[in-house]
Amino acid sequence: MKIINRDLVIIGGGPAGLAAAVSAWDSGIKSLLVIERDSHLGGILNQCIHNGFGLHTFKEELTGPEYADRFIEMADERGIPYITDTIVTDVSDDKTVTAMNSKDGIFKISAKAVILAMGCRERPRGALNTPGFRGAGIYSAGTAQKLVNIDGYMPGKKVVILGSGDIGLIMARRMTLEGAEVKCVCEIMPYSGGLKRNIVQCLDDFGIPLKLSHTVVDIEGRDRVEAVTIAQVDEKLKPIPGTEERIECDTLLLSVGLLPENELTTEAGITMSRITGGAEVNESFETSVNGIFACGNVLHVHDLVDYVSQEARAAGKAAAEYIAKGEKSADRVPVYTQNGVRYTVPQSVDLTSDCDVTVRFRVSDNFRNKKVCVYIGDELVSSRRKNILAPGEMEQVKLKSDVLKAHSSAKSITVKLEDC
Amino acid sequence: MLDVFVIGAGVTGCAVAMELSKFNLSVTVADRESDVCEGTSKANSAIVHSGYDAKPGSLKAKTNVEGNRLIKELSKKLDFPYINNGHLTVCRSDQDREILTQLLERGRENGVEGLEIIERDRLLEMEPNISDDIECALYAPTGGIVCPFNMTIAFAENAYQNGVEFKLNTEVLKIEKAEGGYTVTVKDRISGSVTEIKTKSIVNAAGVYADVFNNMVSEHKLTITRRKGEYMLLDRSAGSFVSHTIFQLPSKMGKGVLTTPTVHGNILMGPTATDIADKENIRTTSEGLRTVLERTNLSVKNVPTRAVITSFAGLRAHEEGGDFVIGEAEDAKGFFNAAGIESPGLTAAPSIAKMICGFVTEYLGATEKNNYISERKGVIDPWLLSDDERDELIKEHPEYGTIICRCEKVTEGQILDAIRRPLGARTLDGIKRRTRAGMGRCQAGFCSPKTMAILSRETGIPMEKISKHGIGSEFVVGENKNI
Repeated sequence: MKIINRDLVIIGGGPAGLAAAVSAWDSGIKSLLVIERDSHLGGILNQCIHNGFGLHTFKEELTGPEYADRFIEMADERGIPYITDTIVTDVSDDKTVTAMNSKDGIFKISAKAVILAMGCRERPRGALNTPGFRGAGIYSAGTAQKLVNIDGYMPGKKVVILGSGDIGLIMARRMTLEGAEVKCVCEIMPYSGGLKRNIVQCLDDFGIPLKLSHTVVDIEGRDRVEAVTIAQVDEKLKPIPGTEERIECDTLLLSVGLLPENELTTEAGITMSRITGGAEVNESFETSVNGIFACGNVLHVHDLVDYVSQEARAAGKAAAEYIAKGEKSADRVPVYTQNGVRYTVPQSVDLTSDCDVTVRFRVSDNFRNKKVCVYIGDELVSSRRKNILAPGEMEQVKLKSDVLKAHSSAKSITVKLEDC
Repeated sequence: MLDVFVIGAGVTGCAVAMELSKFNLSVTVADRESDVCEGTSKANSAIVHSGYDAKPGSLKAKTNVEGNRLIKELSKKLDFPYINNGHLTVCRSDQDREILTQLLERGRENGVEGLEIIERDRLLEMEPNISDDIECALYAPTGGIVCPFNMTIAFAENAYQNGVEFKLNTEVLKIEKAEGGYTVTVKDRISGSVTEIKTKSIVNAAGVYADVFNNMVSEHKLTITRRKGEYMLLDRSAGSFVSHTIFQLPSKMGKGVLTTPTVHGNILMGPTATDIADKENIRTTSEGLRTVLERTNLSVKNVPTRAVITSFAGLRAHEEGGDFVIGEAEDAKGFFNAAGIESPGLTAAPSIAKMICGFVTEYLGATEKNNYISERKGVIDPWLLSDDERDELIKEHPEYGTIICRCEKVTEGQILDAIRRPLGARTLDGIKRRTRAGMGRCQAGFCSPKTMAILSRETGIPMEKISKHGIGSEFVVGENKNI
């Protein structure tokens, strides 16, 4: 079996992996390899043919494939090596990566550092325990997106969508444009998990009703979906008897959440966050195993690819520093969350860091007129008013290096919402 | 004229076909569905029962104990996954442990070996997640678990290798007594054409429809009740939750809810038991799934419910008499029933098949073949090979280096094997049951478009006709903007 050496292996050639590779290269790492399981670089962006990408990064509106292409060009200009159609089957804590493809068979790469950038997958129907038959016509929204946008096939004619995640909203519009009738989008929560702009542009503009606090309680059709029954839910998300409504359809699309794809991470023994589903990382995006970094949707699910790119750049730079200087021994303090802040990334921070630290987080509910407050130890170091906070929109606060250093003896950082 | 016409390509029909294929007989198996193993055989507990539960002297007891032994042997010859994991029937402190003793005695009477009652201390060592109020258990070391799909497919492939013809997508409309046997009217569900088949004998292994076919030719009417069971399946990440199959004390409605590992490392919980009128009602219900969880919690604690990846329902074919109906219908010579094959039917199938085969070959005066092929190889699982062996395999067959289903790490090589082998898969469910592609935690989200494309490419079936489980279950309705 072939064994090769590389300073850095990046697992995943989507937006996170590519941005990390470019950044690591620019930070001086020339011995690296990007491993992509699909036949093209770009990841899931390749099937996101709608526009709206890159407003932050490129100050213009791109489609998914265009956004990916910008990064693929950057990688090509630099001559960054990559292999496609190759799956990583194992990452060990000594940073040996085992991979496989049809051309080279099985091979191992002994690396000094590894960046995990495998992205996420969709939560399937089974995880919801939606009762009913199990015929054809039940797809996760991303699977339908692949069939329509890449393969050119329509999964159905009359569609109900369960879950108002962004892919579900985007697919409501796509299916309508391709000639299907989208009957409604049901969302079990009293608010949408998707971006506001997607609700306006994908549902409102096409007259597709968004039924909040509704879920699917039955699926009919032994061979193919024939109808679904939806019902309103109470505060405990339990269906309310008497509110059932039967909707004839041949297709049910599910957009009920994304899960970071962390099989390799857990098998490597890396400490995971139960809330994000990704690894726990410090301000350098380094996991509990020194020299293994994580960024993008494998770390936590993002709503904007621009933030993925930013995060991945930081991870690429940090990995380059690790390779150049070795392990950075630092006492890190935990980042705690309170009052409506569901999680933060990173989960721990080095208060002596020479770099500014961006803390990204999500809130657990819809809030109005709150202050996002950051305490280092007991001292309030940042307070910013937010008129609207929603679980579907990732938030961030920036902590300046000098502020961190001024509190270097503190024992923790806390991010929380307070009333104005 | 055909010698034997077998109705139903479930585990019973396929096992019967395999036994009959050892003889110089012309045998056809017909099934309405697009593949073998599409009914009760695919949706059950996947258990190889030890045989302590059935009433001594009953056909269930006899065929269960023999089937348990046969499956162990057949799994090696026919290369399907079987694990002798041992079964535990647990008794709570508020339950009557006298019932356990009765089961133990009944089991011994049935010829089940190694049965013993064990106390909580030892039980905890064997199963750390057992509930706090479980006091003791009946331990059945001969109990096992099996892959019901691959066992059924193995029987079918072996029968096929030995000359049995399979007519899938073929619905039996009518059976009439005729000169020297029967005339069976069948409809090809794809073309719609209706034809008559003449046969000397018939084996009725039609599962929940066995009463319909028996009642076409016999005045000794059968009544099959559909008793639905709902299940939940946990991801492999929960795989070590239990290692033995954990039963609850049996009640009138069945053996209670069990918790078991599967041969593939998942955890299965269920079934419920609800009598239903509709022979096709395999829908899950919210009450059913809630019941599964509630009852599972009676025997084990800290069930990792976050790891649920799917739920499903299957139908037990319960015959009013309570026992299997195996043998010739009294008033219909040459018409052999294997009816009412509910639990422990999966375990009993090879034994039932031997009985039926005995009746049929005696009736027809059949002679044994001298060229019966007794071994069959399943789809290669490259992950059972070492890295170096797998590397060699990929060098020879590069398609084993391409992963199609990333959750279950199923390669293109396995999918091609599933399609190209005798009685190969023609649907995505067929590929799934032969390879596990799509059975993992994303439930075919990523792999289904790829698998559809491979199946279409290999078989020439157009994408619009690629289906989940046959006619009516097609995945796509047409090309973009053209529906």
